[in-house]
Amino acid sequence: MGKDVAIIGGGVAGLEAANQLATLGYNVTVFERNAQPGGHAAKWDRLFPNQRHSHEVIDSLKSHLNGNPAIMLSTAISTISRNGQKFKLDAKGRAFEADAILIATGFELFPAERKEEYGYGIYENVITSAELEEMFAKNGKPTMKSGETPKKIAFIHCVGSRDEKVNKPYCSKVCCVTAVKQAIEVKDSIPNAEVFNLYMDLRMFGPGYEDLYKEAQQKGVTFIRGRLSEASELDEGRLLIKTEDTLSSCPLKMSVDMVVLMVGMSPAIGTSELIAGLGLHPNKDGFVDIADQHLYPTNTTAEGVFVAGACVGPNNITDSVNAARSAAIEIHQYLSKK
Amino acid sequence: MVNFGFAPLEIKIHDLDKSNLQLSSWIAERDETFTQCIACGCCTATCTAGKFTKFSFRELCHSIRRGEIAKAIAESEKCMLCGKCTLVCPRNVNTRNIVKLIRKANQKFKV
Repeated sequence: MGKDVAIIGGGVAGLEAANQLATLGYNVTVFERNAQPGGHAAKWDRLFPNQRHSHEVIDSLKSHLNGNPAIMLSTAISTISRNGQKFKLDAKGRAFEADAILIATGFELFPAERKEEYGYGIYENVITSAELEEMFAKNGKPTMKSGETPKKIAFIHCVGSRDEKVNKPYCSKVCCVTAVKQAIEVKDSIPNAEVFNLYMDLRMFGPGYEDLYKEAQQKGVTFIRGRLSEASELDEGRLLIKTEDTLSSCPLKMSVDMVVLMVGMSPAIGTSELIAGLGLHPNKDGFVDIADQHLYPTNTTAEGVFVAGACVGPNNITDSVNAARSAAIEIHQYLSKK
Repeated sequence: MVNFGFAPLEIKIHDLDKSNLQLSSWIAERDETFTQCIACGCCTATCTAGKFTKFSFRELCHSIRRGEIAKAIAESEKCMLCGKCTLVCPRNVNTRNIVKLIRKANQKFKV
């Protein structure tokens, strides 16, 4: 066949689609702007719902990269344009050509400092869920700035999700189950730690997620229904948090050693500029708009341009892998007709 | 002091640092299902006692988790142990047994 497919983004969706398309006989190149493939999942320690090590999944996806599919690391595509029957891609002066494009640019973590009242970047023991994963990867447990092991930890759900004040009205979908997973890991790694999860709803939508919630309850994690209003600092780096205990219609306060902010998924920076060259626009939440939510979830309205993964909205790894395979079939059908 | 005929209301705030959670852990040790409540309120909706008095099993369990032991023990007296709440609970919380444990705790914690 000898047709070329360019995949923008070497995370879970990009790598999986690359494997599938190369198997179907296409010349596939993945363009990854970072120095390492794997996206956010490569920086994660363990995955919900079974605490599998993230690197197992990423290593498996990477194992297919052997020339075809090829990957170009540290290569950010700045513009894509249509050039007759082909697409022209530009990466800092270097030009590439392709017959079909797969956008798999993923997401950014919500910048937690935008919720200033939660004290991220102001108080040293307010961290993000991603930073907690780094601590698990490094030490197997969370550590306070002072080097001490925290005894009381609060997880704050919906940071940069379901919040019109920061222009993020949507649910980021995976933070609930991540918070429950991390709460269990804290309980397992620090004996006698007190763990609190401040949530509005617990959206345990996937297989095994509700079981994880039950496990957390059994292990003594305290679930408090209420959104954090503010965090402030007490002496010696400890934190005071306030919420409404909505199940008893009563304000609630408590001191903790560490606050973990469950940062949501925001659209990847640069993606809307990239798709603009193809005549595509982001949806109202800033993610790439798809052609048909039910029947063509991996197509865009631009011919020859496809999407997979969290660039269309918050996604878990399973959804990204499914979308990548779906996109590979759609691309195959499109290129077969050409 | 001049009596103005009114006084500031006592503002109720849960301070979890000061809450007495002894009863909560005492019950959880004896009946693990106590931890499994998801606050759906089915128990309260079906409650026979709740038809005639202000009684909510969900609220009762919640007050124990916030350390309101005296209130919980007094409230538990309203239950008639009919067990309808046990039948409807989607999380299989052994509600009837928990009421019995709370009553037992009355002697232990001497409230």
